[in-house]
Amino acid sequence: MNDIAIELKGIDKKFGLVHANKDIDLRVRKGTIHGIIGENGAGKSTLMSILYGFYQADDGDIFINGQKIVIKDPNVAIGAGIGMVHQHFMLVENFTVLENVMLGAEESQILTAGITKARQELRRLEHEYELEVDPDAIIEELPVGLQQRVEILKALYRGAEILILDEPTGVLTPDEADHLFRILEQLKDQGKTILLITHKLREIMAVTDEVSVMRRGEMVATRTTAETSVEELAELMVGRHVLLHVEKGPAAPGEVMLSVENLTVRDSRGVDMVKNVSFQVRAGEIVGIAGVAGNGQSELLQAVSGIRRAVSGKVWLDGEPVDVTSKDPSGLRQRGLAHVPEDRQHMGLVLKFDQSENSILGYHDDPKYSNGMFLDIDAIRKDAVDKIEKYDIRPPNPRLKTANFSGGNQQKIVLAREMERDPKVLIIGQPTRGVDVGAIEFIHKRIIEMRDAGKAVLLVSVELDEIRSLADRVLVMFDGRIVGERAPDTGERELGLLMAGVADAEEAAQ
Amino acid sequence: MEYFDTLIVILQSTVRVSVPLILAALAGLYSERAGIFDIGLEGKMLAAAFAGGAAASVYGSAIIGLGAAIFVSVCLALVHGFASITQRGNQIVSGVAINFIALGATVILGQAWFRQGGRTPQLGEGERFTTVELPFAAELADIPILGSIYSNLLSGHFLLTYFAFALVPFTWWVLYRTRFGLRLRAVGENPGAVDTAGISVIWLRYRAVICCGILCGFAGAYLSMAMTAGFVKGMTAGKGFIALAALIFAKWKPVNVMFACLLFGFLDAMSIRMQGNALPLIGEVPVQFMQALPYILTVILLAGFIGKAIPPRAGGVPYVKER
Amino acid sequence: MSAPYAKLPAWVDYGLIPLINLTVAFAVAGLVVLAVGESPVRAAGLMIQGAFGYGEGIGFTLYYATNFIFTGLAVAVAFHCGLFNIGGEGQAYVAGLGVALPCLWLDQFAPWYLVFLAAIVGSALAGAAWALIPGWLQAKRGSHVVITTIMFNFIASSLMVYVLVDVLKPAGSMAPQTRAFAESGQLPRLDWMFSWAGVDMGGAPFNLSFLLALVMACVVWAVIWRTKLGYEIRTMGHSPSAARYAGIRESRIIIITMMMSGALAGMMALNPIMGDQHRMQLDFVGGAGFVGIAVALMGRSHPVGIVPAAILFGMLYQGGAEISFEMPQISRDMITIIQGLVILFAGALENMFRPAITTFFATMGTARAGKTLPAGE
Repeated sequence: MNDIAIELKGIDKKFGLVHANKDIDLRVRKGTIHGIIGENGAGKSTLMSILYGFYQADDGDIFINGQKIVIKDPNVAIGAGIGMVHQHFMLVENFTVLENVMLGAEESQILTAGITKARQELRRLEHEYELEVDPDAIIEELPVGLQQRVEILKALYRGAEILILDEPTGVLTPDEADHLFRILEQLKDQGKTILLITHKLREIMAVTDEVSVMRRGEMVATRTTAETSVEELAELMVGRHVLLHVEKGPAAPGEVMLSVENLTVRDSRGVDMVKNVSFQVRAGEIVGIAGVAGNGQSELLQAVSGIRRAVSGKVWLDGEPVDVTSKDPSGLRQRGLAHVPEDRQHMGLVLKFDQSENSILGYHDDPKYSNGMFLDIDAIRKDAVDKIEKYDIRPPNPRLKTANFSGGNQQKIVLAREMERDPKVLIIGQPTRGVDVGAIEFIHKRIIEMRDAGKAVLLVSVELDEIRSLADRVLVMFDGRIVGERAPDTGERELGLLMAGVADAEEAAQ
Repeated sequence: MEYFDTLIVILQSTVRVSVPLILAALAGLYSERAGIFDIGLEGKMLAAAFAGGAAASVYGSAIIGLGAAIFVSVCLALVHGFASITQRGNQIVSGVAINFIALGATVILGQAWFRQGGRTPQLGEGERFTTVELPFAAELADIPILGSIYSNLLSGHFLLTYFAFALVPFTWWVLYRTRFGLRLRAVGENPGAVDTAGISVIWLRYRAVICCGILCGFAGAYLSMAMTAGFVKGMTAGKGFIALAALIFAKWKPVNVMFACLLFGFLDAMSIRMQGNALPLIGEVPVQFMQALPYILTVILLAGFIGKAIPPRAGGVPYVKER
Repeated sequence: MSAPYAKLPAWVDYGLIPLINLTVAFAVAGLVVLAVGESPVRAAGLMIQGAFGYGEGIGFTLYYATNFIFTGLAVAVAFHCGLFNIGGEGQAYVAGLGVALPCLWLDQFAPWYLVFLAAIVGSALAGAAWALIPGWLQAKRGSHVVITTIMFNFIASSLMVYVLVDVLKPAGSMAPQTRAFAESGQLPRLDWMFSWAGVDMGGAPFNLSFLLALVMACVVWAVIWRTKLGYEIRTMGHSPSAARYAGIRESRIIIITMMMSGALAGMMALNPIMGDQHRMQLDFVGGAGFVGIAVALMGRSHPVGIVPAAILFGMLYQGGAEISFEMPQISRDMITIIQGLVILFAGALENMFRPAITTFFATMGTARAGKTLPAGE
């Protein structure tokens, strides 16, 4: 019994009508790296939040080192030696590293003594685990990789023996991810127990000793990593054979529809996020932009679709120049540019609107939906019903608030709106983020259909698999630049190196 | 020398009118640095002024008056806390509600209890605060300039006045040198970080709101028990809003708050002083313009012509755990 | 799953919950009445009797309600855009000039309807102008509209004192007010509506501006829910980033909305100035701009809710005046308390009873359906 660090028995949790965790059992051996894998929404994060005391389970027991324990808040978890690195870092951005590490573990009412101690302790941890970071740096000025390191330091500073990492590599380059895995190995060697939550099979295979698979709120299997395979895990995760490749014929590229030349875009902090980027998209092809999140893809999409001003550069839409220094998404729409934004919930939709109202977002000026200054409600509803049928949006109710649709159906509402405009150029960001498997297939098919209908499609996704299976040409973006163009069947390793900013990737790949 | 004496008089009244502003603005600082916006400073101050004036006259004790002022103000602060922390309601709406409840209740209760048209009885000796003379104030008064500054400007204020000014460095120290301050600033920027560090966001924010209530209590007590001798209907007359503006102008920093409040106090003192007097070159300025000047200046300042005021990032947003 | 609460039937959402919130607000107000030694039940009885018991009372109730329809609509329009316009009071006050000046210029020779028309335009323009600056500052400089509109209330107050005392006061008069308007500067009363019902309105100043208020309620409904502009306003209010995506110009919508809001608040000035006093007096707004906040919250920013909420507050004003004859302890300031309580319970604490009610309906729902949904995000 002594070698079990964590044991969960019959953990059950409901959020209203959503059954997030169903009767979960889990055993994690001490001194191992244990992976938990599952699709988005499988209930992994909920389970970890219960273990960390962020939520209380409705039912079930938790044992830490064989002792039954009721974790009513994170304090109890910290006391029991559990530390957590959250997917969205829980750091105070305008505080220093030191202040963040101390927060909640200050030792005394007055800070002075605590500061001295924290400094020493940080130095010790730095040496022990090679976790170097300047204690006086301000968090928001650090790159994400270092911010994550601060999160790990926070946990270790509190004496964590069990470390939970929730999707830690989502924001990291492959290089940074490798570094993280080395740190994890080292922590394991020191006797720490690590729970790694991810939906990326490759990471599981690379670092874990054991792996548990979650699907739709249930724990479906636990395997020893050495004795399982990617295929088996993928099947367990999804519950059936994954469609690894989308059926598509060869592309028949035509005229250049979208041309971008030397585009530079600055973010609100004044940092250049897109640097001198040039590319073209032809009718009848899908150009995919691969890259780790935060390398300028979002800013590029926003600038091309007219939501964000560019600093300099030129863009042509169907041969006509676009004024990149003014924001005019409506004008671009009229000229045949459709845009499925990355952030569906905040940009693509107004969640408090009903489906029919969202079906005209951005197009409410269209004479089809309006008479002079008034909206033509009948025409709007009728149009919405047509889209519901055509895109199989469920439930089929144009008056239902958008917030009450599932992620996949919300995305279909956006796709229907943008694709049914019969655009010349279609820009799509993260088409399947937070979308269930069934809808993913549907969405991928639609994107291919758009291509085959002769549309120029620009696709941005952080899912490399998605880019590789959909795109006809792959552009890799790193640090605001396009660092290479490859065919979609290029090896993952080579693309990964490009995404990590290794300039001579071709040589490295050989 | 005549100009110098006039200046001393104006500065002295600047200090006098700045005190409630400083207390109220620091009150707002504790609340807003913790992420709870508070436009109910006015209401809390008013209720405290009433409770102070009423209790002091009924029990014949300034200390009991002060206690009552603080108690009532903290109660209202807790209502605001309940609405914005526990119930996650709109903080602006809650603040507006508290202003009206205080405005109405002070008159209704005052009339019911004292029947003096919304006033509380005139406070006598011992029922109100008195000024204190600093040592040797009288002896040093004759020394030119410095003596005058010492005995006329620095000496002769209420204890509450010295307390208010002492509170400025104290608040700075609390904010940047204590555990409570560290957590307070953190919860106003990213409550998630505080929550995952095992600290209760709710309790922390309630403590911040209570601090706000206590200081508003002092501010109210100063109005009805120090500056005047008794409560008068609606006596805060917008001071809570001026304090709020000062807090924004000061970018939520304690020492800046003091200077902003002194500036607005100075404008106020000037407008009283200049009533009916013609200004050189400009001629006579309407009284109403002088009265509106602090508000006009505040708007100009708010318009961002002197740098941008960035509020605490989590300000005004109720904390909801992500799922 | 971003919806914090499970779905409730519409009648619960729009009927039951607001009703419970209001009941609690009035219950607390009742406690205050109790605290000053009077009976809340008797007070409520007096109030209803005073507000609806006789023709003149009803007339006054509707006269006050007219003010609150205008100011309630003003606050509601801004709410739809995600803006909190606390400046209705100042906007209405300044708009008094837009009413008084046309009356003073035209009342000697123009017929009343032309004066009325000029005053409508004048009040709307003046109110809109006073709201324009905070709107512009919010849109272009990012100054929080809540704070700037508060400041503008104070500035308006100083400005109007100056204008009334130093500019518009007739020579030789002591009172800070304009001269009385001639007959064509006075709005017709709506006695005929009362005569139909066989009631005598007595001296109540219930006048034509009430009908204008109802017309504006319809206009607001149409603009918000049936026009492209309204669609843009609501998009902005719910999600500024979606508005940006849709190509809606943020600053334009903020400024237009604030001006609409100011214009509505401004029209309120017609009622007391042209409809009742027939001159402009000091402080003629009397807090109606602030009552609009309570009215808009209670009416859930929808004209169909705002009109009854305004009538309820009209009842409080008129009934409150009647109570103070019988119960000298309870002055009109009682209404300020009720106003605060309504804002608190219908606004800031609007969801206080929702979890309990949701649980209640969920248990009833699951009992019927007998199953829960499968897992999902």
